[in-house]
Amino acid sequence: MSEESKEMEVQKQEVITSDESERTKESPVYVPRADIYETEDKVTVIADMPGVDENSVDITLEKNVLTIRGFVQPHTFEHHTLSYAEYGVGDYERSFVLSNEIDRDRIQATVKNGVLRLVLPKQEAAKTRKIEVKTA
Amino acid sequence: MYRRYPVPRMWEEMERLQREINSLFNSSSPGRLQIAPSFPAMNMWTSEESQVITAEIPGVEPEDIDISVTGEILTLRGSRKPEEIGEDIRYHRRERGYGRFQRSIQLPFPVEAERVEATFKNGVLTITLPRAEEDKPRKITVKST
Repeated sequence: MSEESKEMEVQKQEVITSDESERTKESPVYVPRADIYETEDKVTVIADMPGVDENSVDITLEKNVLTIRGFVQPHTFEHHTLSYAEYGVGDYERSFVLSNEIDRDRIQATVKNGVLRLVLPKQEAAKTRKIEVKTA
Repeated sequence: MYRRYPVPRMWEEMERLQREINSLFNSSSPGRLQIAPSFPAMNMWTSEESQVITAEIPGVEPEDIDISVTGEILTLRGSRKPEEIGEDIRYHRRERGYGRFQRSIQLPFPVEAERVEATFKNGVLTITLPRAEEDKPRKITVKST
């Protein structure tokens, strides 16, 4: 590992469901690892979702709750049996509460090499206004 | 070993139970995930003819992955570049790692190094390793005389 690196996590983390409800699908659901950063005019969310492409991702923004879901079709290989496994294959799901007002019409989402990139532009009014402090 | 009395059935049951428990702990069945020693985690699919290895490496360009096979050892190298971000940003969370990775894995049989194929799609690497011709099991027909 070079100095300028952040160690890559090896194991995936499964979503913990509340006791009352169960998922209808038996396959596991994972929490995608994410980076979120904010600049003056937008919030960017980057999430690792290997196996997901632009057609199998679902993003919703309800009030200020952003939910990202990714659906993965488990793959099998003909005449082969799974002899050794270190990771599970399943869907992805994660929600975030956004603290900024987002301009919904200008949200951009792209998926490349199994990484979702979501750009959420802040609403004009929500952009920081500098307030001059006057000396009395 | 010669036994004067037949083994009691209960004892057989106990032995069977012990075998079951042992196999539970040793099992590498799909239901039980093994802990990967280093990035990336890998899954292996085996047939008599070939071995398929899959690994989830999101956010890496195919040209940044380097695969080599020497004998029965497969080595995977690569690096994930950090996000190119401008100045004046504020991180809310940073969970995704980046940097170099390298991992070697023992294959169950020698492979035809020339015919190894790898594909990379949606952050999932799939390597197909055909078993070496001389290592394939041979069918032996029993002749009647």
